[in-house]
Amino acid sequence: MSVRKYSLALVLALLGVATAAQAADKPTDPQIAHIAYTAGAIDVAAAKQAIAKSRNKVVVSFAKDMLRDHEAVNKQALALVGKLNVKPEDNATSRALSDAAGKTKATLAKLRGAAFDKAYVANEVAFHQQVNGALQALLIPSASNSELKGLLETGLKIFQGHEQHAVHVAAELR
Amino acid sequence: MRAKHALATAAAAMLAATSVPVRAETIQVMVDKLVFTPAQVSAKVGDTIEWINRDILAHTATVKGGMEVMIPARKTVRLTLQKAEAIDYYCRFHPNMKGRITVSAP
Repeated sequence: MSVRKYSLALVLALLGVATAAQAADKPTDPQIAHIAYTAGAIDVAAAKQAIAKSRNKVVVSFAKDMLRDHEAVNKQALALVGKLNVKPEDNATSRALSDAAGKTKATLAKLRGAAFDKAYVANEVAFHQQVNGALQALLIPSASNSELKGLLETGLKIFQGHEQHAVHVAAELR
Repeated sequence: MRAKHALATAAAAMLAATSVPVRAETIQVMVDKLVFTPAQVSAKVGDTIEWINRDILAHTATVKGGMEVMIPARKTVRLTLQKAEAIDYYCRFHPNMKGRITVSAP
């Protein structure tokens, strides 16, 4: 599969997830916590894959930034759900995110060198766009606990930075 | 006479106090939600920059090809300015974050 075809398939898959998320009923706080944590864990796994596979310094350094930040945010999220006594609850959006991520990981695993680098970074751009869109349109407005809402808002700032960083790295790889 | 003398001594002491060199200052830069605030500060050689990181993330103050200060999550770090120069720095982990310190002679 060419990188362009791959990227298109990925974007379509992500759009599908976003649509599914928006069409669903307003998520509860335990579901929001699960979705946010799942999205973070997906990006941590993607970063680990890139650190192991890529030989491009810029790409590896970007992946390390993603690993560091998403681990920090998820650690904070776990501490918060513990404090609030909220039990994260599995849901259709989390499952759709995980399924899409599994497919992406398998596709990326088959690529090497510059093709891998470009596909990984293109996916990071698309994934952060999608997660930021979901945070803005659905997760933040739906969160009822103010501390959870606050953490999601902080997350959005962080992930918007990641999105811009990923766009910058993608431009460098062209 | 004695009173006049005391007055003169007090005046001299006050003058002496004002001519003592200005003490080095500490200039605070907040690091909050991936922004350095203020992004631009002016300082003098000998002053200290204090970055107060309120984020849950680690940041850096890095000069391209130069110094780097690590700013761990929820920590405060200090840097004493050694020479007159313009320091353009950014966060190596979040390259969108930028700041500038203009250091002038004391």
